[in-house]
Amino acid sequence: MSELKTETMTLNMGPQHPSTHGVFRLQLKVDGETIKEAIPVMGYLHRGSEKLAERFLYSQFIPYTDRLDYLNAMTNNYVYCSAIEELLEWEVPERAEYLRVITMELNRIASHLVWWGTYLLDIGAMSPFLYAFRDRETILDRLNEISGARMTFNYHRIGGVKWDAPEGWIEKVQETVKELHTNIQEFDVLVTGNEIFQARTIGVGILSKEKVINWGLSGPIARGSGVAIDVRKTEPYSIYDRFDFDIPTREEGDVFARYKVRIAEMFESLKIIEQACEQIPEGDIITKKGKRLMMIKPPAGEVYRRAEASKGEIGVYAISNGKNKPYRIKLRRPSFVNVSILQDLLVGESIQNLVAIFGSLDVVLGEVDA
Amino acid sequence: MDYLMMFIYAVTVMGVLLGGVTFAILAERKVIGAIQLRNGPNRHGPWGLFQTIADVLKLLLKEDVIPAKADKPIFVLAPVLAFAPAFSVMAVLVYSSSIGGADLNIGVLYFLGVSSITMLGVLMGGWSSNNKYSLLGSIRGVAQMVSYELPLVLSIIGIIIMVGSLNLTDIVNYQASMGVWFIVPQFLGFVVYMISSIAELNRSPFDLPEAESELVGGFFTEYSGFRFAMFMLAEYTYAIAIAGLATILFLGGWLGPAFLPGIVWFMLKVVGVMFIWFWLTATLPRARVDQLMNFGWKVLIPIALLNIVITAIIKVWMG
Amino acid sequence: MSQELLDLIVEKFNTLHGEESIVESKLNFGKPMVILGTEKWDLATAKLLHDDEQLQFDFLTCVTGVDYEEHMEVIYNFYSTTLDQYLYVKVNTSREEPTVMSAEPIWKSADYMERETFDLLGIDFPGHWRLKRILLEDDWEGYPLRKDYITDKKALGLD
Repeated sequence: MSELKTETMTLNMGPQHPSTHGVFRLQLKVDGETIKEAIPVMGYLHRGSEKLAERFLYSQFIPYTDRLDYLNAMTNNYVYCSAIEELLEWEVPERAEYLRVITMELNRIASHLVWWGTYLLDIGAMSPFLYAFRDRETILDRLNEISGARMTFNYHRIGGVKWDAPEGWIEKVQETVKELHTNIQEFDVLVTGNEIFQARTIGVGILSKEKVINWGLSGPIARGSGVAIDVRKTEPYSIYDRFDFDIPTREEGDVFARYKVRIAEMFESLKIIEQACEQIPEGDIITKKGKRLMMIKPPAGEVYRRAEASKGEIGVYAISNGKNKPYRIKLRRPSFVNVSILQDLLVGESIQNLVAIFGSLDVVLGEVDA
Repeated sequence: MDYLMMFIYAVTVMGVLLGGVTFAILAERKVIGAIQLRNGPNRHGPWGLFQTIADVLKLLLKEDVIPAKADKPIFVLAPVLAFAPAFSVMAVLVYSSSIGGADLNIGVLYFLGVSSITMLGVLMGGWSSNNKYSLLGSIRGVAQMVSYELPLVLSIIGIIIMVGSLNLTDIVNYQASMGVWFIVPQFLGFVVYMISSIAELNRSPFDLPEAESELVGGFFTEYSGFRFAMFMLAEYTYAIAIAGLATILFLGGWLGPAFLPGIVWFMLKVVGVMFIWFWLTATLPRARVDQLMNFGWKVLIPIALLNIVITAIIKVWMG
Repeated sequence: MSQELLDLIVEKFNTLHGEESIVESKLNFGKPMVILGTEKWDLATAKLLHDDEQLQFDFLTCVTGVDYEEHMEVIYNFYSTTLDQYLYVKVNTSREEPTVMSAEPIWKSADYMERETFDLLGIDFPGHWRLKRILLEDDWEGYPLRKDYITDKKALGLD
């Protein structure tokens, strides 16, 4: 029998596709269902954030950072503010730092919950999505109570935070933490042991340690491959050095490892919130100078600040020329760097694995496209 | 006169079936809703009873879109070919000792033979749409349905060996005389039948041909309006038919305590079988193509064969 | 600690390129920063940073392009996962013909970030395997992050 003649087919996955989580396009060359080449195409959501930053006062750019990774906006707020604070060499009041940590960690759990739900939706299980969103909603309620917004918080300020915690908020957060603890445990029991789920995820999309470092991947993806980099530990910012928490890592580097890391991370975040809620002192929530927004003029200089977002390392490279508008703000968005691995990782996989792998990277398109 | 009776019977079954499908869809949404901490449809009519009717009306009123590059005759024919066999198999189902269609001697054979034509609808729909996702969906669909047709048939053979007849009424009567439903002596067969029927019906966790997170809509991505409704109708009709067959073969058909008429027992059992499917849909993630194929060929078929061997040995040994 | 690292890097650079290979070296908010001319930023330097026993900067965190009006700059932020140390490398280049050697052959993470810098600032990275526009459309005119870029609202259909 002569060799069967086959032809590769170009498949445009996206920009409108249920599994690309936004407007993202993958140009695939497929042979049957096997991927021969994958070229990510992005930019559909590009809003020119970095250019906009040059036109605004320092404080006016904070809301724009919300729109990068809209699922984890608190960390974006934080990293921008802290970069400017570093340029200004300002001290931030204790209470503000605690509020920042609590809101950031709550937001991290919310972000991981969205990931958990949507990822299982990608794999074909409908119900987890609704369970995850129920609990995410409680978190968003808490964040709404303190910041006045559900997703685009605009809560952190240069030199502190905008609002103090309302009466009884800390106790409410403690309640929420307890509730989340049992619920997330339940999620873990419901899904992690599932035979089909494990068959779909174990051994799929394996990333080696070397690859992770060379491609600059960070966050749960790196930690799922045994690279224990977490800015909260390697270069503790804010007051993270005061809390007792672990960096969950797994050695396998497959999709399942990333899943396990994220689940474990939610518990670590709960631990941090618990401690922060107990330790939080009374006091100011913003420095005096921070209230005069027009007057924020960092001396000429430049700095690169990093923080650990739910997707990985988020960074801001801020350059000031002594005026009241930034000279240049560069945003290092974790999803943007993480998504670059796709062109390497997808080759040789099937379309079904593509969905499982792409989902496991936890990419937010607002962040990819800036 | 005979023809008239036949026609009336067919129309009645059709009517009942349409109602059944309507409420099966509603039931599915309600069941899944309950599992997912939500109410499910509740806007149209009390308890959302008219939701599906509203959906169907909407679909019927929609513009009939046929893609410009589609293979038109095949595109139009596909939904019909998907529905027709699913409905035709209803002809041999027996609903109670007195209500039933054709009392065919080869009822089981007819059912399985005709039902495998539904596959053609999937293939034609996917091919003629001229859409890459549809094509991939239909390739998956056909591969899956062909592979799972085998364990489905093999799982039934055990029963046929025991009864010695392909007639569905005989099978139910045999269960009545035996005093126990076939689910007990043919438990292996029942398990294989249930699993492969899920794959036959393209239901979760084996809903690969229409995996919405990968292939958008699978083989009916390009279908809209009443053609889409036709595919949905075919899917649920076929589901009811397979649940009906499961009831007759394994669950004793219309048999049950006398305080309810036979047909009610029959329907309750069908509902029970379908509930299991809805439950699985809400619970399980989707399997992968290669895993599905491996499972079908390497696990289900050997089990089904084992079941046949055991049944045959017992049958010979018992005389 | 950082000062020692800085001295070490300066010394290594000097042995590689001869004296005065570095335009300037300083500590920037406690982290070493070296400023190079674009002609001194080559594969050998990059390999040195990546492979040297005492440096081992294996993680390229961030690539930033800046338009300083009289010249352009590309800033690489490195981190060493093994030795836990940081480094800023600034590469100066002319504004008329901005070219900076691509770090992509050594750090794959530079792939997208250099493409983005090329896209928004028009800095050429010779040695990059696929230097194309990434965020903007392929036929976009001009480089938006340059200071002299004029946003043509009419052409964008905004006015």
